[in-house]
Amino acid sequence: MTFAIQFLIDVLSLGGAYALMALGLVIVYGILRLVNFAYGELIMVAGYSMFLVGGSGLPWLIMAMVAVGMAVLAGIATDYIAFRPVRAKSVTAVLITSFAFSTLLQNAALLFISPRPQTVPLPDLFSETVTIGGAITPLRNLITIAAAVILLALFALLMRRTVLGIAMRAAATNFTMARMLGVPANLIISSAFAISGFLAGVVGLLWIGRIGTVVPGIGLEPLLVAFIATVIGGMRSLSGAVVGGFLLALIDTTLNYTLPQDLLKFRDAFTFSLVILILLWRPEGLVKGPASGQRT
Amino acid sequence: MLEVEELEVRYGAIRAVRGISLRVASGELVALVGANGAGKSSTLMCIAGALKAAAGSVHLDGEDITSGKPETIVRRGIATVPETRDVFPDLTVDENLMLGSYIRRGDGKGVAEDRARMLSLFPRLAERAAQPAGTLSGGEQQMLVIARAMMSRPKVLLLDEPSLGLAPVIVDQIFEMIAVLKKTGVTILLVEQNVGKALSVADRAYVMRLGRIAASGTAAEIGAQTDLSALYLGA
Repeated sequence: MTFAIQFLIDVLSLGGAYALMALGLVIVYGILRLVNFAYGELIMVAGYSMFLVGGSGLPWLIMAMVAVGMAVLAGIATDYIAFRPVRAKSVTAVLITSFAFSTLLQNAALLFISPRPQTVPLPDLFSETVTIGGAITPLRNLITIAAAVILLALFALLMRRTVLGIAMRAAATNFTMARMLGVPANLIISSAFAISGFLAGVVGLLWIGRIGTVVPGIGLEPLLVAFIATVIGGMRSLSGAVVGGFLLALIDTTLNYTLPQDLLKFRDAFTFSLVILILLWRPEGLVKGPASGQRT
Repeated sequence: MLEVEELEVRYGAIRAVRGISLRVASGELVALVGANGAGKSSTLMCIAGALKAAAGSVHLDGEDITSGKPETIVRRGIATVPETRDVFPDLTVDENLMLGSYIRRGDGKGVAEDRARMLSLFPRLAERAAQPAGTLSGGEQQMLVIARAMMSRPKVLLLDEPSLGLAPVIVDQIFEMIAVLKKTGVTILLVEQNVGKALSVADRAYVMRLGRIAASGTAAEIGAQTDLSALYLGA
């Protein structure tokens, strides 16, 4: 029983973080049909913002809000700098500009801050442990689960109950038709980048909460995780991103629990083998997206 | 009211529309008929802002709206029902209608009245208001996109092939609805391959062939032309 509780908490906390990462990536992809390769750097921006305001003496919650706000601004900046000027030109151009923006942000962190890991202020809560049904688990895991549940619920509410959310869902299906009804393209795209930045900011705090430091390359793993989760779940589906996130966490955690110590270092190879099998079975991902749609 | 002058639309080197001019007066229903590939839909999509004009101009009430963005064109008063219907399949019928009134977000009362009016005009939609639009039949989807376009309270309604792929009995219903809409005073530019149906509701008509206007006149005049198939097919 204890083992089951421990396993469940691990899967849900890792899955919650993965699901939020994937949602942040797929919200932009759904509308533009383009992967934002600078997504990982939004997490980096949140991390370095925490580091920079760390000595200010502000309450942690305020610092966290500043960090998330900076990730939102960085998300919107990604749209204005890397996407908007070349969006109508070609997919290749946007791929390169998003890579370039990602490299620019990473190098800025290297140049102006440091290549070495920087300690980020974390509240004591993040290092405490609790016992649930005999299972000892870090409190940050439960915080991650709670944050994921709240954010996923808020996200669902935004997409289903607000005009902006409904317009974004419409734009993800057929952008030209949405525009012909008066939905402004730039507003929808910037909103998608802002939401993506918000999710990256929160995920950044939760992710950094696990390791306690930030480095310029911190965004690479979350970007990879988000990308794989969206591919498994279905690149065109918001619910698919969540499903993909939790499934990837289930695979990772199961391998962590079952692989012998000698093989643990090859865990990613096992994970990717399973991902390949899933994709051979369902090449379009587990959840089908909207029936039509085109790139703008 | 709607004036198109020497309009040209290109797809790369191909000139789909070759300098056509047409006029639609306020409250009029004008049909643009012609064979497949004549350039009718390209003309409509260019007026709607979904395609850029290579040359020529489009004026609405004297204001130049040539090559405006689609979201700007609808704000000026032109609503479009594309040939592909383009309901948002994952959104409910109600959500589709709500998006139709996107440019009138501040006018809650007026939007609610229009929604009620549209649902009484298309009772099938009222029965399916909470259903995803993708689950509707082709005819119901056509009704939905027309109702959705009307939710913006347009001055001009651009209708592209409303009969396409529908059973004859449904086509009859759709054209009855178009006649009802005309009575509300909205100006309509109707693109249609089904020339008989189009002329039955139109005041005037233009016949397009190979990107050019081949003939124009009142619906009765165009209908009376014995060489209509020749105009159509260039035989």
